[in-house]
Amino acid sequence: MELDPVLISRIQFAFVVSFHAIFPVFTIGLASFIAFLETLAFRTGNPIYTRLSKFWIKVFAVVFGMGVVSGIVMSFQFGTNWSNFAQATANFMGPVLSYEVVTAFFLEAAFLGILLFGRNKVPAGVYLFASFMVAIGTFISSFWILSANSWMHTPAGTEMENGMHQVVSWSAAIFNDSFWYRFAHMGLASFLTGSFVVAAVSAWFLLKGREVEANRRALSMCLWLLLIIAPAQLWVGDLHGLNTLEHQPTKVAAMEGNWETSGNVPLLLFAWPDQEAQTNHFEVGIPGLASLILKHDVEGEVPGISAVPRDEQPPVAIVFWSFRVMVGLGMLMIAFAVAGLLLRPGGRYWQKRWFLKGLVPMGVAPFIAVLAGWFVTEIGRVPWLVYGQMTQAEGVTPSLSGGVALFSLIGYMLVYAVVFTAGVYYLTRLFEAGLEADDAEQAHDDAERPKRPFSAAHVPLESTGGQA
Amino acid sequence: MEPFDLTLIWAGIIAFGVIMYVLMDGFDLGVGILFPLAPDEESRDLMMNSVAPVWDGNETWLVLGGAGLLAAFPMVYTIMLPALYIGVFLMLAGLIFRGIAFEFRFKANRSRYLWNIAFAGGSTVAAFAQGVVVGKYIEGIQVADGVFVGGPLDFLTPFTVLTGLGLVAGYALLGSTWTIMKTEGTTQAWAYRITPWLLGAVLAVFLLISIWTPSIDPAAYERWFSTIHVIWVLPALALFCAWKIWRSVRQGREGVPFVATMGMFVFTYLGLLVSKWPYVVPPDITLYDAASAWESQLFLLLGLLFVLPFVLIYTAWTYWVFRGKVRAGDGYH
Ligand code: HDD
Ligand code: HEM
Ligand code: HEM
Repeated sequence: MELDPVLISRIQFAFVVSFHAIFPVFTIGLASFIAFLETLAFRTGNPIYTRLSKFWIKVFAVVFGMGVVSGIVMSFQFGTNWSNFAQATANFMGPVLSYEVVTAFFLEAAFLGILLFGRNKVPAGVYLFASFMVAIGTFISSFWILSANSWMHTPAGTEMENGMHQVVSWSAAIFNDSFWYRFAHMGLASFLTGSFVVAAVSAWFLLKGREVEANRRALSMCLWLLLIIAPAQLWVGDLHGLNTLEHQPTKVAAMEGNWETSGNVPLLLFAWPDQEAQTNHFEVGIPGLASLILKHDVEGEVPGISAVPRDEQPPVAIVFWSFRVMVGLGMLMIAFAVAGLLLRPGGRYWQKRWFLKGLVPMGVAPFIAVLAGWFVTEIGRVPWLVYGQMTQAEGVTPSLSGGVALFSLIGYMLVYAVVFTAGVYYLTRLFEAGLEADDAEQAHDDAERPKRPFSAAHVPLESTGGQA
Repeated sequence: MEPFDLTLIWAGIIAFGVIMYVLMDGFDLGVGILFPLAPDEESRDLMMNSVAPVWDGNETWLVLGGAGLLAAFPMVYTIMLPALYIGVFLMLAGLIFRGIAFEFRFKANRSRYLWNIAFAGGSTVAAFAQGVVVGKYIEGIQVADGVFVGGPLDFLTPFTVLTGLGLVAGYALLGSTWTIMKTEGTTQAWAYRITPWLLGAVLAVFLLISIWTPSIDPAAYERWFSTIHVIWVLPALALFCAWKIWRSVRQGREGVPFVATMGMFVFTYLGLLVSKWPYVVPPDITLYDAASAWESQLFLLLGLLFVLPFVLIYTAWTYWVFRGKVRAGDGYH
């Protein structure tokens, strides 16, 4: 069988970027949570906030470290696997991607060291400032990377000249038509991730009756925040979808599983899309609802997939189902946020065991939703790399053979399996040690050193062999 | 539209970034390469501790170099990376393993030996892959219409294997002289012992490369032997540094060997740049062919000029904070 370098490169890119994305999406939310805790500690002087902050900074350090390690791989992917694309778009993508790295650099260089190791070495105000700068830095990082990605979906501000895109308007290119939707949706997704992870871990501590006062407060904060951002995500997601309808109607058609352009289109709850036959099996839907959502009119006309030739159609089933996973989890998140509100009276939200037990697995829900969302976005634009201008087959590295691509794909999978196992295992050890670990650590602070994310945490890797 | 030559400025920035990377990550990779040879576990602890506070910062120069290339000289990025596809993968995998080993070795007890292997293996593979890049750069790359047209294993030739081994030896030398500077007692004594051997290995590779290069790169031969003779000052200085390393090790000096090794690297590097100038993807693509648009170069330069001073100050500060010898016990456990 002939191995297709385009297909394998796609899988490889999807794999490494998915792996990378789960770390920043958490650190972006967590950094803001830490800055918030530091603000509370600064203003109230209540040591409980400092205690919480210290614990979550340790978690932050590990996750950030994994984000950096996997990010280094990303910055070489465009050259190794998509060199034609990199060459054609370098005038825009080059500076914008570099700005992400430069921002991360700056943040790390100046403020991360202080956040991780400087608590007793700098004045409280400076420390607070550093925590804010780290949070802002993560946002600036995602600003650039999402701008680059959005430009590929809705290219603007550039003109073709000698086979390369020349930037004619930086502002039009950076703030392209889908940018703000994507930035808002991703920002909220990061906050949802941060909130649900903190809520899940706090709930787990509460179930064990550990550090009840601190964890109760952390949980309460998360639930208040969720009450705002979970519904907001639904709203922003809807706007995002309407924007996509305008620019990439085929993608929306795939999300809706709608094959023929028509009016009065149902919102499908279940279906088995069949690309071969260009139709769905086992449809269950609510009549007219898709038309209503997308066109605000039950009779509104919704584009169909078969409007474009087969070789320009994305794989419908993946897009269709990923979209349902994301939206379904989004609804579940809203449900938890509302339940949290209803359980407020009498503090039942931190005492009802069923609620806490439900929250614990919700800690992974946002990661799944985020990946599902990216799958919708990225697979829904197949076969385009730069929408309407360059296909994946045109963008791939011409010298790359399928075998070599497969070699590196398997290689990355193996490497990441080790990294991920070690990292996640260590995180679980951190959670087990909990907030209490802090007491044993006070003495260590002097031997600390900057620039080493993981060393901000002192918990040994293995559970036995306790001399660490 | 183009009031000044940004391409030249960017060439300077990238060249600076590369040598910063080579010198700084070089010694901590070197420490990893020497890891299996170290006399005992305690020495390994000391050696790792001596680079632990700084390695991560050292590596960021690589990321900056990669991103800077895409922005300023996209053609270098889009030709070199496909040409070195497997090498780049091995380098990244090596760097990841050793990065993770840094973080987990100190926290591990039973699994410590595994992290030792990851650290040493990762460092050696990464160093070798970087040496191969240098070799491929000297050899030249098969290009047609601005894209790489060779095969996936083209990068592996006897010559690039030699440069790969050469860089492993060179980084090991940086590592051993760094260890002399940062440690005492048995560890230091061991580092003193191995340094002359490493120096010998490096010089042998240099010699071989110098004899070999003219036959694979006539343009370089031309440059060295017929036109500008002042450039001979570079290899002369490199050899002077080599002599300095040898002497200062015999005299038992602590800082000089490391500084002289860095000097040797700098002069060799300049020598390499001189033989290739102005080609960035030898044999035919020049700086100017590979450059991105003027506006794009400017756009990024503004941000970089803002950030670079902070990075340099912070780097200097970190080295200042962790100056002096590392001692057993001021580690992490
Ligand atoms: C700046 C660019 C950029 C960014 C921020 C992302 N992607 Fe992407 N993605 C690409 C640029 C890209 C790409 C280079 O354009 C790919 C490679 C092949 C392709 O068609 O698009 C791609 C493909 C791609 C595919 C494969 C689609 C297919 O070919 O079937 C998946 C599943 C993802 N990505 C997932 C993600 C995830 C989970 C991200 C989370 C952060 C993400 N992408 C961010
Ligand atoms: C093609 C896609 C991407 C590339 C090439 C890329 C590249 C990188 C690199 C090189 C780093 C490490 C920088 C350092 O040395 O500190 C990094 C870290 C980071 N990236 Fe990405 N990245 C990509 C996708 C994303 C996405 C989609 C997001 C989020 C929306 C993101 C957000 C971040 C953040 C916040 C960091 C800082 C480290 C952390 O918080 O874990 N990146 N990225
Ligand atoms: C609650 C209802 C939600 C709706 C209606 C919605 C809608 C959408 C739509 C239409 C897209 C595709 C955009 C495109 O065409 O490129 C998308 C992408 C995405 N969604 Fe959602 N979403 C919802 C919930 C969530 C949740 C809960 C998360 C994560 C916590 C999430 C994370 C993402 C991500 C990461 C992307 C890809 C990035 C992007 O294009 O913005 N979404 N969403």
